[in-house]
Amino acid sequence: MTSLERGEARRAGFNGWSFLLLLPYVALLWVPFYAKSQPSLWGFPFFYWYQFLWVPLTALLIGWVYWKTR
Amino acid sequence: MGPGLNWTATAVFVFFMVLVTVIGLFAGRWRKGDLGQIEEWGLAGRRFGTIVTWFLVGGDFYTAYTLIAVPALVYGAGAIGFFAMLTTILVYPFVFAVMPRLWRVSHRHNYITLADFVHGRYQSHWLALAVAVTGIVATIPYIALQLVGIQVSIAALGFHGSAWSSDVPLIIAFLILVGYDYTSGLRGPASISFVKAVMLYVVVLVAVIWIPAKLGGYANVFHIAGQALASRSTKIPIILPHAQYLPFATLALGSALGVFLYPHLITSLLSSSSGRVIRRNAVMLPAFTFLFGLVAMLGYVAIAAGVHVARADDVIPATFQQLFPPWFAGFCFASIAVGALVPAAIMSIACANLFTRNIFRQYVKKDITRRQESAIAKVFSLLVKLGALAFVLVGNPLYAINLQLLGGIWILQTLPAAVFGLFTRWFHRGALFLGWVTGMTLGSAMAWSMALRTAVYPLKIGGVKLPSYAAIDALVVNVVVAVVLTPVLNAMRVDAGSDETTPLDYITEPTEGGKRDLAATPAPISDGIG
Repeated sequence: MTSLERGEARRAGFNGWSFLLLLPYVALLWVPFYAKSQPSLWGFPFFYWYQFLWVPLTALLIGWVYWKTR
Repeated sequence: MGPGLNWTATAVFVFFMVLVTVIGLFAGRWRKGDLGQIEEWGLAGRRFGTIVTWFLVGGDFYTAYTLIAVPALVYGAGAIGFFAMLTTILVYPFVFAVMPRLWRVSHRHNYITLADFVHGRYQSHWLALAVAVTGIVATIPYIALQLVGIQVSIAALGFHGSAWSSDVPLIIAFLILVGYDYTSGLRGPASISFVKAVMLYVVVLVAVIWIPAKLGGYANVFHIAGQALASRSTKIPIILPHAQYLPFATLALGSALGVFLYPHLITSLLSSSSGRVIRRNAVMLPAFTFLFGLVAMLGYVAIAAGVHVARADDVIPATFQQLFPPWFAGFCFASIAVGALVPAAIMSIACANLFTRNIFRQYVKKDITRRQESAIAKVFSLLVKLGALAFVLVGNPLYAINLQLLGGIWILQTLPAAVFGLFTRWFHRGALFLGWVTGMTLGSAMAWSMALRTAVYPLKIGGVKLPSYAAIDALVVNVVVAVVLTPVLNAMRVDAGSDETTPLDYITEPTEGGKRDLAATPAPISDGIG
């Protein structure tokens, strides 16, 4: 095996799944989509719980991409 | 705040400060290395695994000042204050995609700072100097604000009135910081970051469960806060109004792209043991963001609890004092002070690394040994901290806040050279430098025109109002300059400089256990094909 191929074998990569990383930017920077009070959840207006929801969602997305590009 | 000293709270506070002092001073023995080497003192030997990195970066990123300033902003300005929460979500995809590349190339070439990388990539000491100076200048007011955080928590214990009684405790806290930074290097804040994380989790979880229960649930908190905000002269609705959509989004994006270019966060990331550790941390660090969002909520909790303060920065201490028994309030104040010590220490170490590597070594003494580097860095980190202390004791804290606002704009202007540089060598170093000059000038002028009160600039293009974060506007111009001038300078045959890195340096992880990966040394391309 050549040294370049050995390097390739260990490369931490990039593939189609990596585009999933753009989703949180779209979901959170398009503010008109969630700047509203309804539906509320446990007393939190939509504007607030939607942001909290994206914390675990973003972590899951990054975790998924990590898994798929190992 | 009540008159006189709160003895119970003070006793709890002092206990925790003594605890972290002992931990910090003994931290130098942890995973022992030769602290006479800058890589050991300033990067802890690049040995931190996934868990330690999680605590270190978490403790470094969610600074004490942020924990005071963000609820204060929500208390004063409502929904727009939540841009900070958005920032702390949107940083992680960025960190995941960008920072492992920086780690790998830095490990391969022994880079200690971001400016080291820029120097190696473009062979331009001017561009490296630009990155180093921007980093140092943006960070010093940030250290001052951490000291303000300590000052606020000490004042809440009842130490105020004469200059003597309010400044002495701060100076003691400052000496603690100096002591463990000097003796233990990056291992000091790393070990204290465990204490910080545990204390903050306790404070925030108790606060967000206990306080709303006392105030009749979150529905009630939002209801009362909404009414109170609407009845102020500014008439702020509790849901972000239309006019603030663009400021909110650009503040969040600009901060998310810029914040991990601050030297202290680069230092934390480079001290990890592999790019993989950084990738894993991008998955795990949002656990702190959830906490941080709840901290932002405390701004509304304070309104609902009827907390009134003269200075916005006092919102959080006043809320704790009003709603908690003294011993737990003392614990909360201690968590803020400990929370300030971690980032303040890393910030001054990071500034010292930049000064030593990219200014002193470049312009004063080229043949410096690693041992001398470590000695210079220790002295400079002391000077940086003294400067920050002088800011707080002598200067007006408002200057620190103003400079911090400018710092956020400035740091983002290093993105093209640093981040684009991790992916492509297409840009001409001269074009990047001129882009940086333009971005810095324009961003500063925009903030200056708003009297440094806000970073949101009322931009107008062709009659369309685009109120937006000045850092983003300046970055757009910065990038346009770099893109346009690159082909121009190439056509004029201006020397583009060489590049000491190879494409493989950015994607090759070191082998497990091994310090250097020999297979990663550049191989001729024909080797790979044939």
